Amino acid sequence: MSESDNMNPQRPKTAAAPAPASRWAIELEKINKRFGAVHANKDIDLKVERGTIHGIVGENGAGKSTLMSILYGFYTADSGTIKVDGTERHITDSRHALALGIGMVHQHFMLVENFTVLENVVLGAEDSALIAPSLKRARAELERIEDEYNLVVDPDAVIEDISVGQQQRVEILKALYRGAQTLILDEPTGVLTPKEADDLFRVLETLRDQGKTVILITHKLREIMAITDSVSVMRQGEMVKTLTTSETNPEEIAELMVGRRVLLRVDKGPANPGKTLLEVKNLVVADDLGVVRVKDVSLSVRAGEIVGIAGVSGNGQSELLESVTGMRDQRSGTVVVNGRELSLKGDDGAARARAAGLAHVPEDRQHMGLVTTFEEWENAILGYQDAPEYGGGPFLDIEAARRKAAEQIKRFDVRPANNRLKTANFSGGNQQKIVLAREMGRDPDVLIVGQPTRGVDIGAIEFIHNQIIAMRDAGKAILLVSVELDEIRSLADRILVMFDGQIVGEADPATASEGEIGLMMAGISQSAAALEARP
Amino acid sequence: MSARTPLPRWADIVLLPLLNLALAFLVSGLVVLMVGENPLHAVQVIIYGAFGYGDGFGYTLYYATNFIFTGLAFAVAAHAGLFNIGGDGQAYVAGLGAIVIALALDQTHWLLAMPAAMIGAALVGGFWAFIPGYLQAKRGSHVVITTIMFNFIAAALMVYMINRVLKPATTMAPESATLAVGGRVPQLRQFFSFFGYSPVNLSIVVALLALVFVYVLVWHTKLGYALRTLGQNPSASRYAGMSNSRLIMIAMTISGALAGMVAINEVMGVQNRLVLDFVAGSGFVGIAVALMGRNHPVGILFAALLFGALYQGGQELQFVIPGVTREMIVVIQALVILFTGAMEGLFRPALERTFMLFSPEQKARAVSVSTAESES
Repeated sequence: MSESDNMNPQRPKTAAAPAPASRWAIELEKINKRFGAVHANKDIDLKVERGTIHGIVGENGAGKSTLMSILYGFYTADSGTIKVDGTERHITDSRHALALGIGMVHQHFMLVENFTVLENVVLGAEDSALIAPSLKRARAELERIEDEYNLVVDPDAVIEDISVGQQQRVEILKALYRGAQTLILDEPTGVLTPKEADDLFRVLETLRDQGKTVILITHKLREIMAITDSVSVMRQGEMVKTLTTSETNPEEIAELMVGRRVLLRVDKGPANPGKTLLEVKNLVVADDLGVVRVKDVSLSVRAGEIVGIAGVSGNGQSELLESVTGMRDQRSGTVVVNGRELSLKGDDGAARARAAGLAHVPEDRQHMGLVTTFEEWENAILGYQDAPEYGGGPFLDIEAARRKAAEQIKRFDVRPANNRLKTANFSGGNQQKIVLAREMGRDPDVLIVGQPTRGVDIGAIEFIHNQIIAMRDAGKAILLVSVELDEIRSLADRILVMFDGQIVGEADPATASEGEIGLMMAGISQSAAALEARP
Repeated sequence: MSARTPLPRWADIVLLPLLNLALAFLVSGLVVLMVGENPLHAVQVIIYGAFGYGDGFGYTLYYATNFIFTGLAFAVAAHAGLFNIGGDGQAYVAGLGAIVIALALDQTHWLLAMPAAMIGAALVGGFWAFIPGYLQAKRGSHVVITTIMFNFIAAALMVYMINRVLKPATTMAPESATLAVGGRVPQLRQFFSFFGYSPVNLSIVVALLALVFVYVLVWHTKLGYALRTLGQNPSASRYAGMSNSRLIMIAMTISGALAGMVAINEVMGVQNRLVLDFVAGSGFVGIAVALMGRNHPVGILFAALLFGALYQGGQELQFVIPGVTREMIVVIQALVILFTGAMEGLFRPALERTFMLFSPEQKARAVSVSTAESES
């Protein structure tokens, strides 16, 4: 649904917002939404107080997105009422929602990359057919908004030249420019560095202090605790509870989300590193366009330890992983697995890496680790299809593959336990379990794991973390790459920070502060980071 | 922006092609109506002409034989994610492999000549598809472009080879020497008089075996598994340690070899010599056959029979109804190809929406997809 050309956005009235008719900015009562037999929202009640930051948490499929889609006019509820500022409204579409002062910042930005900030803000909300006068008026308005909310972005910068954090500000500016009084943010920190996330929180706080209402959808409990005033927990289409953030704790929220007690901290003993199983020396890797993305990286992982690579995504971690696992021709350097140097030339290097005892849980399971159009059992053998147990000679022993799949499903509690189901029909967490079950199941010496819990529910995260720890304790060498700094800090025994294709520092998760690692992730050298992070 | 989910399998394989076909016939009926003839009568003539008597049915099977080969050729490549539209040229060039071996062995017995010529045709046809495969795998030249170009090169090459190399000095026509009986594939009419004078021959048995071969290859071998992985997700096949470049070349070679079997049907089963343009567009019909048959051997079998029937019934039509000219038949055939091949997705969105209304779990999935992608 694009914003229509003839839309005339309601401009924010400077300071003199209409006197609040109600204490609540948004009131949802008895919202029901069914999709056939699926009851996505069951009698949902939600009250969001004006001028607060209200968090909504819940696992995938808990109904958060459906609920927000109803509020934003993307779906119409089957029953129930929506009140905006105390007045009952029937929101028909997102244009209507915007006119009522409800704006949304999506997880994936809706920006035109080669337009300037100003052009993006105005896009779809032009006053007239001629663009110049619109831009001129918009510039003045934008500067006023930037000033008011301390949300500074250069209006003439081109989107592709500014950082992800800045792009997100543009999305917020877009909503404010269109007169949003209530802002819905969907998983806003997924793409940000810790520093950028903190900046975003400061912006949100300013917005709140200026009387705006913010609804934050997230799965990160840390953010809920850090920024929200109240939090609503959803589970399986129902609103479980709304809590005042200051009166609760992460454990309680997690328990409400999952419906059982969840261990948030990873329980692990000290590492007992043995001999070096993975050694990477002077690795230089180029991406598909020939741009060098990994610049002379050396690292080693010993048996019985987890080495975590922290970094903002796009700093060469993906290329590093792909090169070490044989998926990408390296420019130069060596990769030694279990004392054997891998020749990674040719486009079947991944097979040789596997033969040397290396298993790979890829960063992007849907685009790499799985063929989502295949039935589950076909993915249970991906990468190991040539193993003799799946049939000698040219034929594939389908029965053996299905038996193996059933075994993996049982061991990793994949649901539904049906190896004939199309893989795309499994949830994100279960897809990840399918990959993990396959890669961990062959007893590899070296396990390379990228973003093990991306898009995975809390309950499954706990399980996956425990499996990784169990592998470590079984004497395997594990290299972990994640953009979730919390995950790296809780799992890894050593942290390497990657920035601009290089390892810029090493940190001990037990002693290094998050701020110190965060600064290294932003490219500030280790010594400077240590200084700056010190209070 | 409505969220889309794939159709259930039966709807995709059966319902959608039938809808397309119905639309094609409807429009064809209008065309027949426009020239002042009765469409219902025309349908009757086509069906009788294609299935109603031995000769007609034989011709239908003869055409279908070619379409099975070219349809399978397209399907094997398509499973590996390759759009091989060079089946025509591959079949044509394969005629060289067939005729050279058949001529050499036509003093022996067809039981020797036929398998040997099949190998020859497969090698030449496979080679003709291997080159675009190699260029795709190693040089990144898109097979769609290169296979089209190779159709033209094949046409020029064959004119040269037939006129300058294979044509006996004693003949005027652009054709090779005629095969002796030992180099000919036996006709079905030799066993069943039912088929009258129609040219359907033992190649159809090869075609049926090819259907089984492709089924086993694609779904029951490790190579087929690798090909499908490549076709569905090239990143995943690379991740799995399969050599994408090697798989591309293998898939194209198998594809070309299957197309090359058309040469056995035509050169050894019908013409008994190599003539110009013996493929007569079968390679392109094969694309429509494979698309309509959803790249599955069973679907290809039925689609090939349908197109065989259209070809044969169409011939019949112009004899019985003089108002319907030869060009008219081509129009009708083209309409079927248009609606079942080129525009096979025409009803898909509407059908998917319809199915979504009746399928709760599909709807739920669609919601999660569309909310993730929802725009402002």
